Amino acid sequence: MHSLISTSPISTPYEPYTSLTALPPSPAPFSLRFCGLKREALQLSQPKYRVLGVSSKRIGNYVTAASSGSNGSPPKSFDYDLVIIGAGVGGHGAALHAVEKGLKTAIIEGDVIGGTCVNRGCVPSKALLAVSGRMRELQDDHHMKALGIQVSGAGYNRQAVADHASNLASKIRNNLVNSLTALGVDILTGFGSILGPQKVKYGKDNVITAKDIIIATGSVPFVPKGIEVDGKTVVTSDHALKLEFVPDWIAIVGSGYIGLEFSDVYTALGSEVTFIEALDQLMPGFDPEIGKLAQRVLINPRKIDYHTGVFATKITPAKNGKPVIIELTDAKTKERKETLEVDAALIATGRAPFTKGLGLENINVETQRGFVPVDERMRVIDANGNLVPHLYCIGDANGKLMLAHAASAQGISVVEQVSGKDHVLNHLSVPAACFTHPEISMVGLTEPQAKEKAKKEKFKISVAKTSFKANTKALAENEGEGLAKLIYRPDTGEILGVHILGLHAADLIHEASNAMALGTRIQDLKLAVHAHPTLSEVLDELFKSAKVNVEERKRVAV
Amino acid sequence: MGDVYSAPRCSYPRLLRLTLFPFLYLSHFSPKSTIYLSLSISAMSSSLLQSRAPPALSFSSSISAANTHWRFTSSPAVTFTRRTKNFTVHAKIREIFMPALSSTMTEGKIVSWIKSEGDVLSKGESVVVVESDKADMDVETFYDGILAAIVVPEGESAPVGAPIGLLAETEAEIEEAKAKAASAGSSVPPTPAASAPSPPPPPAPVAAAPTPAAAPVAADGPRKIVSTPFAKKLAKQHKVDINKVVGTGPFGRITPADVEAAAGIKPEKVTAVPATAAPPAAAAAPAKSAPTFTEIPGATIVPFTTMQAAVSKNMIESLSVPTFRVGYPIITDALDALYEKVKPKGVTMTALLAKAAAMALVQHPVVNASCKDGKSFTYNSSINIAVAVAINGGLITPVLQDADKLDLYLLSQKWKELVEKARSKQLQPHEYNSGTFTLSNLGMFGVDRFDAILPPGQGAIMAVGASKPTAVADKNGYFSVKSQMLVNVTADHRIVYGADLAAFLKTFAKILQEPDTLTL
Repeated sequence: MHSLISTSPISTPYEPYTSLTALPPSPAPFSLRFCGLKREALQLSQPKYRVLGVSSKRIGNYVTAASSGSNGSPPKSFDYDLVIIGAGVGGHGAALHAVEKGLKTAIIEGDVIGGTCVNRGCVPSKALLAVSGRMRELQDDHHMKALGIQVSGAGYNRQAVADHASNLASKIRNNLVNSLTALGVDILTGFGSILGPQKVKYGKDNVITAKDIIIATGSVPFVPKGIEVDGKTVVTSDHALKLEFVPDWIAIVGSGYIGLEFSDVYTALGSEVTFIEALDQLMPGFDPEIGKLAQRVLINPRKIDYHTGVFATKITPAKNGKPVIIELTDAKTKERKETLEVDAALIATGRAPFTKGLGLENINVETQRGFVPVDERMRVIDANGNLVPHLYCIGDANGKLMLAHAASAQGISVVEQVSGKDHVLNHLSVPAACFTHPEISMVGLTEPQAKEKAKKEKFKISVAKTSFKANTKALAENEGEGLAKLIYRPDTGEILGVHILGLHAADLIHEASNAMALGTRIQDLKLAVHAHPTLSEVLDELFKSAKVNVEERKRVAV
Repeated sequence: MGDVYSAPRCSYPRLLRLTLFPFLYLSHFSPKSTIYLSLSISAMSSSLLQSRAPPALSFSSSISAANTHWRFTSSPAVTFTRRTKNFTVHAKIREIFMPALSSTMTEGKIVSWIKSEGDVLSKGESVVVVESDKADMDVETFYDGILAAIVVPEGESAPVGAPIGLLAETEAEIEEAKAKAASAGSSVPPTPAASAPSPPPPPAPVAAAPTPAAAPVAADGPRKIVSTPFAKKLAKQHKVDINKVVGTGPFGRITPADVEAAAGIKPEKVTAVPATAAPPAAAAAPAKSAPTFTEIPGATIVPFTTMQAAVSKNMIESLSVPTFRVGYPIITDALDALYEKVKPKGVTMTALLAKAAAMALVQHPVVNASCKDGKSFTYNSSINIAVAVAINGGLITPVLQDADKLDLYLLSQKWKELVEKARSKQLQPHEYNSGTFTLSNLGMFGVDRFDAILPPGQGAIMAVGASKPTAVADKNGYFSVKSQMLVNVTADHRIVYGADLAAFLKTFAKILQEPDTLTL
């Protein structure tokens, strides 16, 4: 059991990314779905790698052959090299990479291609946030006047905004489908489950065999008990992204990424927002300094108030002429505190893995609070602590790092392994971003985590900061609000974490995350050249202001 | 985000160091005191104009480079006279005020006291870290002395200009300062608005603002206060006691408009036009037509309450609907007799009229319809009779929903509830805005006939006058005296035509003249 504990998501070092807003029994889920779609655009088929799709008739033949064998022993020949259960961003990334590696691949999907990210997550939310960003800009008279622009009466059409989000989702979904079919990946429709070693059932009674299987079933919004979701006035992100109405006043339960992004959307569209956060501080997942600044920039000046240190123990949807009623209970004393009456409530307390009905009992795997236990190579661990051969689990379903691009990275890592090359993904170099206005992004450790690590491993850390106020491009845009923060080891020049709040922070983080993934040291980064004037100079300044006590430097072409 | 964009001088953490003495307040009342501001910030801000900002601006650990000093001296005597009420004038004990760190800052929170009581301070040393609405800043002293007492402890907030600590010049004065601090602590530090004589007339005392809405507070025990986030923010900003504001929003909620009304502020602009309707044309038209009236000296201007503003808006909107009017005399002797019979059972005349109108509407659905877009009839599925009620300082139309389906007694009971709710401002939106036909009765005042304005979104409104003994000739030419009342219906001619209205009125009159069906 010990090994299981080490892979339990709660004890992973990536916990800081979780939205810690959920109630205690919640699986400390990660909050937002970040979309890391790669090659999502329609690709032409690549004959070099193309594996001719197996016709359904042939599959039928195989089915009879395969199911005649006993369930317990693995079959000798396989329908596919790799079968992926779940066509979200994780499964898609894995499938594309598998084709590149010459594997005969199928992907099983019981719902729509694209999963949460494309249909109910990062993609439609970015469409709404694009609207909120522009609305914010157009409504900010002071900002506009400072630029010499006159705008009057910015308004929006709710249905058109909602249509933009759903159109974007369907466009991206089509691109995804096209890229899979163009590469010759078989899309099998129906819910997939595991029948036994290397054997998968999908739909009603279709059985296929595969050399390796990846579980990529993702997650669903987590709703704490006591909360009645009616999909109209009490909603999860699934419903809210449809933007069926814009309430005058909405309570958002949970101040993680999802909550924060929706607060950005709703306040830009004219709603007032009340945050309900179980912990004592808003935005508990962020580096404290960034969190504090975020509160100043994203919360205090807006029509937002908040209740911290309270649980929403009971939420009743609006009905019979009554508003949505929210009962707040003190998180520590468990005493009833207040009752809120609002027009709508959004439950953004994180996400729960979607692993029911996967047939895990057939291979003696027990989920932990729903998550499929895996080792660092995403290999599934059974109830006895042994690895299940040829079975992997990636993405939200394993709970390691609940981000779309992390799922995709894990999928690629697994494909590398099954095609004969060992690979371990460094989760610490996976960036995360929150697409508020301005954006927040981060990679690696927060300052308190770095301090703790430094204390344990006995090294010193330093912190460097730069402001967007010193950046020409940011000032030209009149968007000088922002901070970039670097946590590093002065003795080696190793980057431990980078946190950015400011204009286009989500795009800026990759210089840092790539450096971390490749092990590039600050003393080398200092010599790299950045185009002027660009926002990337914020990071340039950041690296340059770090004080590294290392003499020798690698030669860099300048 | 306000001034941040234009003011490079402040609001990133710890870049600035301000003195302890808020020049803004000193300058108000001491014309003699001289104020010098020496800014070493000029070097920094000009660097921003260069094509490349030098690395000096990025701050990793060295803050000293960007150390800015705001210097000013003022004669201490002037400084302290204003506090004579709380503190005896003593040149040797200085107050440390909450500084104004940004133009929008109204209060600050003490993040931490860098120095503790009894510490010796020298000029230029940081004493306290203050969190404003924008940033944390170190605040430093420009006087040597001893930090005698901390008036506002860490984690607490104080309004700009309020004393947060006391600085003694010598050790001997520490005890004295502490005693003062204790007395200051017990009497809450006065807000600057109250104590500092500010040059413009002081902001109108909020409680005195004419808010008729404040009158009918529900008397049912402690009221639950539900106010929206922005309403709370506005209340804090304008120093309005939100507990005294009466909510007019949905579910009796306190909205930003309510707070603004309580603070005596007219909403300057409409934030974000939510509809897609072309706003420029709509906005331009009234601006052009608004005539300038001659001002009569001594007039009092009382801004509309939210409800009055809503009435005004509806009335203007009603001008876009082509209406016409049809009147009808109704003999009420039978109705009066019925009323006498059912009155002891709690039935009101309003209920009788509403019931009769609803029954007539069942037979003439077009009069219960509305024209929403100018292109179609919207036939309403239920008959909801709105009845205009005058309440203190306003007018509201509680709605008797499904008036055709409820019996007279239930309807009367329902009406009683609605009126009570209306009086205590507890009406829910659907209880005053779901009407499909409106009834307005001024008969009780002796009005014999009048003309009602059609509320937007409805097809017709009925104006009921008083029932009066009238000499009536029957078809045979015999005169008799009967009670007769005149009703006058205003309708939207896009959907209701003259014959429709006449037929409806005929039915209505028949029901009232043979009122037995009303009690069925």
